[in-house]
Amino acid sequence: MNVIFFLIGCSVLIALVFLGAFFWANKTGQHEDTYTPSVRILFDDEVVTDEQDKPQ
Amino acid sequence: MGTKTNISAKTSCYHCGDRVLTPVYKVDDHEFCCLGCQSVYQILSANNMQQYYTYNTYPGKSLKDSTGEFAYLDEPAIADKLIDFKNERITIVTFYIPVIHCSACIWLLEHLYKLNPAVKTSRTDFMKKQVSITFEHDNLSFRELVELLANIGYGPKITLQDVVKEGQKVNQKGLIAKIAVAGFCFGNSMMLSFPEYFGMGAFEVKYAHFFGYLNLAFGIPVMFYSGVDYFKSAWYSLRQRQLNLDVPLALGILVLFIRTAWEVLSHTGPGFADTLCGLVFFLLVGRWVQQRTYYHISFERDYRSYFPVAVTLMKDDAEHATPIGDLQVGDRMLIRSNEIVPADAILLNGHAAIDFSFVTGESEPVEKVLGEVVYAGGRQTAEAIELEVVKPVSQSYLTKLWNNDSFKEQDKQFKTFSNTISRYFTIVLLTIALSATTFWLINGDSGKAWGAFTAVLIIACPCALALSSPFTLSAAMSIFDRNKLYVKNASSVEQMAAIDTLVFDKTGTISSPLAEAMYFKGNISPAEQAMVVAVCRNSGHPLSRQIVRWLGNQPLPAVSEYVEYPGKGTQALVNGQTVRVGNAAFAGAHTAMKNGLGSSVYVSIDGVIKGCFHLEQPWREGLSDLISCFKKRYDLHLISGDNDRVKESLRLVFPQKSTLLFNQSPGDKLEFINGLQQKGHSVCMLGDGLNDAGALKQADMGIAVSDDINNFSPGCNAILDGSAFGKLPRFFRFAKDAVRVIHMSFVISLTYNIVGLSFAVQGTMSPLFAAILMPLSTVTIIGFTSIATHLFAAKRGLNKKEQV
Repeated sequence: MNVIFFLIGCSVLIALVFLGAFFWANKTGQHEDTYTPSVRILFDDEVVTDEQDKPQ
Repeated sequence: MGTKTNISAKTSCYHCGDRVLTPVYKVDDHEFCCLGCQSVYQILSANNMQQYYTYNTYPGKSLKDSTGEFAYLDEPAIADKLIDFKNERITIVTFYIPVIHCSACIWLLEHLYKLNPAVKTSRTDFMKKQVSITFEHDNLSFRELVELLANIGYGPKITLQDVVKEGQKVNQKGLIAKIAVAGFCFGNSMMLSFPEYFGMGAFEVKYAHFFGYLNLAFGIPVMFYSGVDYFKSAWYSLRQRQLNLDVPLALGILVLFIRTAWEVLSHTGPGFADTLCGLVFFLLVGRWVQQRTYYHISFERDYRSYFPVAVTLMKDDAEHATPIGDLQVGDRMLIRSNEIVPADAILLNGHAAIDFSFVTGESEPVEKVLGEVVYAGGRQTAEAIELEVVKPVSQSYLTKLWNNDSFKEQDKQFKTFSNTISRYFTIVLLTIALSATTFWLINGDSGKAWGAFTAVLIIACPCALALSSPFTLSAAMSIFDRNKLYVKNASSVEQMAAIDTLVFDKTGTISSPLAEAMYFKGNISPAEQAMVVAVCRNSGHPLSRQIVRWLGNQPLPAVSEYVEYPGKGTQALVNGQTVRVGNAAFAGAHTAMKNGLGSSVYVSIDGVIKGCFHLEQPWREGLSDLISCFKKRYDLHLISGDNDRVKESLRLVFPQKSTLLFNQSPGDKLEFINGLQQKGHSVCMLGDGLNDAGALKQADMGIAVSDDINNFSPGCNAILDGSAFGKLPRFFRFAKDAVRVIHMSFVISLTYNIVGLSFAVQGTMSPLFAAILMPLSTVTIIGFTSIATHLFAAKRGLNKKEQV
């Protein structure tokens, strides 16, 4: 049953990794603007030049 | 004259969606309402950016009201204050652009590099309406960048107050980190506490000790990092000889930690680490909910965000742009049409017709003669004028208001319900804890005495009570928000419920500045109407545009010899006849024709007066309903800076006992509010302009009424969108409901406390009991407050999302 010490150590370590990830996300401002990226991802790629005469 | 029916097919501007009045602006089969919209389209199509129009129909905003004078941005002293970062190659700047409203805006602003390759990257923050732009300043000057934005209809709002970068967000970030730590520890310690709760055999005792030490380890960061604000606040409050709600909270946290540490280290029990972490976690979440902020609205604006950043000075016959803070007595300034006079000054040259509606509440432009003093804050409506500064900006008639004492107090201290209650709560709590301890000491059971003392402080920790206010008030705030009343903070909602007197401003508050009501007095034939439209069409004056819009589309005669006299009117030759459209003196009319409030435009053809157009500022919709709703429960007053010509009609609307005051200076307004407060009233001021700023600040609750919440509004507790004006009585009733919900949830949390205490005083409280009771009461309170608040909102008819 001593494996329980090891398992709990692992689980706490993994949880700490996630906590660190959250701090990193928070520090780099990923929670500051939660709306604009959702719009940005829907923009089409650049219109190719020879298509510019086609009606949009 | 009867109303005209417009048969012609309705065409909308391809760019902004406004009605196309005159079919002259046409490119690529698209029609435009004005040259501004057309030129934006041309810029975009020249750069192969028509994609803009595919993300939204009519994505643009009308350019008719933009002013484009950015020469001052060439001054390095001014530009340096505005930019975020600069090195030898690139500059980074963040602009606030109020017109950002749709996905097409984001697309266009993030593709600025297509318009000018010197722009390296641009990133939009939609909610804050900000764009951060990185550009090469060697190839594109700061001024050119701003002009580029203005040319495509996204002129940034540059004010002095944005220059002073506000760092309110730092605090929020720290709080989030604390919540994260507390949540992390809460989850882990709960997991490690489960074996103990489910019961462990005697052979598993080494695990129990291990779990205990781990739990204590999780408790340490919660206590010394996440919970540290509660100790600071409690200490501060004790030093002020007050007992706020943080005192019993800090006491509870401290006792929880000490008892946990003692039990774990002495191997006498499992401790309360999970309760400790959970308590701090929920409390911090409550605090975070309460600190809700509006990114796009500022409640702390003063005159600096209304005034321009710079003004043009005349020195040695040359024009220099100077920051208005550097204005000195004796400087000669040049104020162009549509610019704001930033300091009290004497008129030296030119024809001044100054619009003071925002400053004094006067609804009509004031004419000034040479040598007269022009007060700061007015907007010049006629031609460019020259003025000599007589007082520096901060000492002018208007800005002196901000030197008043009421602006010096940081925050008006309003005694919220939880503040009032916490004093008694703490005293009762300590009494119970000490009595229980004494009882067990007398009975000679010192172990139980210590147990009972700590248990009382733990179980009675007013967690649920501390959460009921934030959750109720933030739910109420989001209901208000949905109905276009933007409340600054949670305590303002409680403040709103305590109001017994309402004071209204007139111009812009109970009257709508979006003037729509227009009528014509006199006789004019349809052919003559067409002539008037033909003349007015050429003018950019707002009144001319109103006339064109009102008379609508019709075949127009040719116009020649068109001349515009700023501040007077326009004149042109149509069908061989001289048509003059303008003010009374210009058209040659007697001013006797003038009546009522609002502006008048006179028309004469070949010297014969045909009549005049009246433009009235109508009262806001539902004003009389609103007053009759309010008059039962509130004292109502009106206080206006304008003259009293509409007193009679307002007398009919307002109840007999209310005071109607006119010709009031900004200082008078402040004093009037102060006088009411001295009599023991709790006053709410509703205003819109700079002249109300003092009264809004002095009042217990200041509500700024604005038709565009992104525009300037003076510092206040709440901003009300003009379109929601009629809902005010319901807002006030709902605020009272919210306070009632807080009272009810207080009773609920007290019930939990009494149940818990009955166990705690006997010294028999187990960690499991605390671990269940604490989250249970918290969840009950959060659930109850959210549901009850929304039920009350439904009752007041505020729950539906408004169709825009």
